[in-house]
Amino acid sequence: MARAVRIKDHWAEQRLFLARTVAAAIFIAVLTAVVLTRLVQLQLVQYDYYSAQSQGNRIRLQPVPPTRGLILDRNGRVLAENQASFDLELTPEQVPDLDDTLSRLATLGLLGAEHLAEVRADIGRHRRFDAVAIRTRLSDEEVALFAVNRPYFEGVEIRPRLSRRYPYGPALAHALGYVGGISAADLQEIDAVAYAGTQTIGKVSVERAFEHALHGQAGREQVVVNARGRSLQTLERAGARPGEDVMLALDLDAQLAAWEALAGLRGAAVAIDPATGEVLVFVSTPAYDPNVISGGLSRKAFNALQEDIDKPLFNRALRGVYPPGSTIKPIVALAALKAGTMTPQQRVWCGGAYSLPGSSHRYRDWKPEGHGSVDMQGGIEQSCDVYFYSVARELGIQHMSDALKSFGLGTVTGLDMPGEKGGLVPSPAWKRTAIRNPANQVWFPGETLITGIGQGYLLVTPLQLAHAAAAIASRGQRFQPTMLHATRDPITGALHPVEPEPMPPVGVTDASQWDTIIGGMHAVMQGARGTARAVGAGAPFQMAGKSGTAQVFTVAQNQKYRAADVAERLRDHALFVAFAPLEQPRIAVAVVVENGESGSRVAAPIARKVMEAYLRTATGGA
Amino acid sequence: MSETSRRERGSMLSRFLRWAHLDPPLLAGILAILVFATLVLYSATGENLGAMRAHAGKVVVALGAMLVAARVDPVWMRRGAPWLYVAGLALLGLVLLTGDVAKGGQRWLDFGIRFQPSEIMKLAVPMTLASLLHDRPLPPSLPLVIGCLTIVMVPTGLIAVQPDLGTAVLIVLTGATAIFLAGLRWRYIIGAAALAMAAMPALWMVMHDYQRKRVLTLLDPDSDPLGAGYHIIQSKIAIGSGGFFGKGWLNGSQGQLEFLPERSTDFIFAVIGEEWGLMGVVTLIGLYLFVVGRGLYVALTAPDTFTRLLAGSLSITFFFYAFVNSAMVTGLLPVVGVPLPLVSAGGTSMVTLLAGFGILMSIQTHRRLGDAVRR
Repeated sequence: MARAVRIKDHWAEQRLFLARTVAAAIFIAVLTAVVLTRLVQLQLVQYDYYSAQSQGNRIRLQPVPPTRGLILDRNGRVLAENQASFDLELTPEQVPDLDDTLSRLATLGLLGAEHLAEVRADIGRHRRFDAVAIRTRLSDEEVALFAVNRPYFEGVEIRPRLSRRYPYGPALAHALGYVGGISAADLQEIDAVAYAGTQTIGKVSVERAFEHALHGQAGREQVVVNARGRSLQTLERAGARPGEDVMLALDLDAQLAAWEALAGLRGAAVAIDPATGEVLVFVSTPAYDPNVISGGLSRKAFNALQEDIDKPLFNRALRGVYPPGSTIKPIVALAALKAGTMTPQQRVWCGGAYSLPGSSHRYRDWKPEGHGSVDMQGGIEQSCDVYFYSVARELGIQHMSDALKSFGLGTVTGLDMPGEKGGLVPSPAWKRTAIRNPANQVWFPGETLITGIGQGYLLVTPLQLAHAAAAIASRGQRFQPTMLHATRDPITGALHPVEPEPMPPVGVTDASQWDTIIGGMHAVMQGARGTARAVGAGAPFQMAGKSGTAQVFTVAQNQKYRAADVAERLRDHALFVAFAPLEQPRIAVAVVVENGESGSRVAAPIARKVMEAYLRTATGGA
Repeated sequence: MSETSRRERGSMLSRFLRWAHLDPPLLAGILAILVFATLVLYSATGENLGAMRAHAGKVVVALGAMLVAARVDPVWMRRGAPWLYVAGLALLGLVLLTGDVAKGGQRWLDFGIRFQPSEIMKLAVPMTLASLLHDRPLPPSLPLVIGCLTIVMVPTGLIAVQPDLGTAVLIVLTGATAIFLAGLRWRYIIGAAALAMAAMPALWMVMHDYQRKRVLTLLDPDSDPLGAGYHIIQSKIAIGSGGFFGKGWLNGSQGQLEFLPERSTDFIFAVIGEEWGLMGVVTLIGLYLFVVGRGLYVALTAPDTFTRLLAGSLSITFFFYAFVNSAMVTGLLPVVGVPLPLVSAGGTSMVTLLAGFGILMSIQTHRRLGDAVRR
């Protein structure tokens, strides 16, 4: 080796390290001095400049909220729109004397003296540089009054805003929903950039379901603002992308007809186009005024709505579950035909009651004197309970349960609206898991009988009933119900229609089986002994229908049911399903009236009005 | 009675510190910074308690990492360093193949918890260099220097292509510090500096467009006030308008009105400048210098080459972290994604930093024990 092998000299290395550490420390000191010099330059030397930049004239980027899309009916009539309104805003930082300003606003009549404490508390909750809305929706006179006096109110400004307006108010409340302030929970779900500057968000129903399309994308503008924060000049503007217009499948005339027919009642009406699954009518009563809720309700007023015994906030069409009663009899009959346990011609003697062999319990018919000898169409026409007890017993619960489920009953239909309820179609398997008490987990033969007339554990929503009626009308074809008809580009006006979404169809072993049950339903409306013949009489088109009356509570044995004795809220629910025209059905409808007592007398006329309103405009218009 | 109980408690605390191998001055400095950071973050996150909880969770994990690192004997660190380095390289390779994309770069690995493998390298590179130089005569010979540079540049290259320019720069600084402390001859240093100057144009060629833009906006932020220059302009306004005393906690309009972007992460220094003024930033810089100074003291009194180099490079690197961030926020350096150490929310750097301090504490507190047993 040419060079000597170097060995470690610990003492020398330690000195070397010390020297290097000192060099590093000097370097650190120099860099620190550079940063400190910079800070002194920014914070002391140029303080006035940057302070002015921060507080005084400056370029400010501010979000431009997009215009919310319109909601239209299927014929393009406006159901929800945006209206210019004016708020009074106050920025505490810029107000010289808050108490004086507020009291002078009260003197002008722009603030109610009784609201002053509330307004003051609201201001206290905000930061000093935040603008606080102290009045919303000023009238034109109030705007003019403030504009004249504006020089005397430093820090107070009028702010124009677009607020949501629903021209038909409560009639479409449960279909459209409403918009409200963005809550903490909403914030988790939305893109903060898209919502910069947006004050409201869809809360329920269509406004919620199509929030994404309706909202659009926020833009930004670059404005010069003065020391008071007032915009002086807009330099540059990246426009917001407005929300899309949402064209619903609803038919406004039919919707309003249903709303008027249900006035003063608690209930729901849903109508569906059997060929597409489009929801033509979606009414739940009682309702609320979405214009008032969107404007911002006081907590007290909102609580009053929530605690109202008639539950105006409850969407019965979507979330109300009811025993379907006799409305499901055509489905039970079809199941018996498919299974071969009954022929259309086979007759059953109805003496007013039915007993299982070896039991003394009498399952009563709604008609105490009985219907005599009835065949299948007669059983549907007269809604003979004894006939269907007998059908149910032959058929068995499993077939019946499968048939009801194949029509979409007891499960969510998948409507494009959040919060749909499922309901229940019972089966022995369900009972084993759902009932706590082991003694009651077995399926009793009597439960099969009452399921056959739509009582017992069965629970369905009005939406499901309309869907099932549509499936009968289209002879087994099913489509997923949809509120949406099309979306419309707000700029080009181009329509993007929604394609019907088929669901598994209901099969039969012979097409004539449909003729049998539809014939029975036709006889309900137009037969000599049909339960709803009074409603069917004189109609300009042929209809098929089925009434239902669902018990809210059980009548004890040997006790006559007298409506007058029963508190109003314990009366039977009235139901009706129908479709028309008979030959080429274009609308299927379900009506539920809570405690309406009689399906054929109370619910059926409502169904007819809805169908008439729709077929009148649809034939005239499209 | 009360006299004895107080002494008892005092002795219990000191017994715990000794058992856990914690260094009281260093611990006090770190805790002071963390407490200040909590106040600042509360304001910078817009009083968001969810974000505060997430931050608190990260601090707890990081303190845990510090406790663990402090109890590991430096001898084991020396032996384990190459393995940690190799594992880190493997993970970096994995990131390039599979990593999550966050903010336009591939940096994260997701093993149930997400972390950036580049963080491991912040510790593995100085540890490996120190263990390599431990047995060699110093100042290092040229082949040894080249070996050291290779150890630094391989992970740097892998991190730079992610691309994470900020972390790559920090790793280079860490490695350079270790080699510098080892006694690299001045003529090499001057030569390298000259070479770096010459290489600038080449570096410019390989930079991403957004990286070039950041350098250009440093030189003239007003050329693009709403785009790339926006960060720097708003940050300078925030700091400058804070003045000597600051606008007061929770009252900085630049930060609270969200003129200042990334206010709780990379630009949190500007929030301190706005709300706490020159007083606040000088206090924070003072705390940083105290921590760095204590680290250098640990290095100077360390018993062998490995611990000296490791303690020295960790301490000086910590200073660089703070310097790079504050220089970037005040517009002295281009905007690179480097958080303010121990203060910025988010990221995994907190864990690495406190693990590094744990190593410093280990070196300080294992000394007499190690001397007695081994030498």
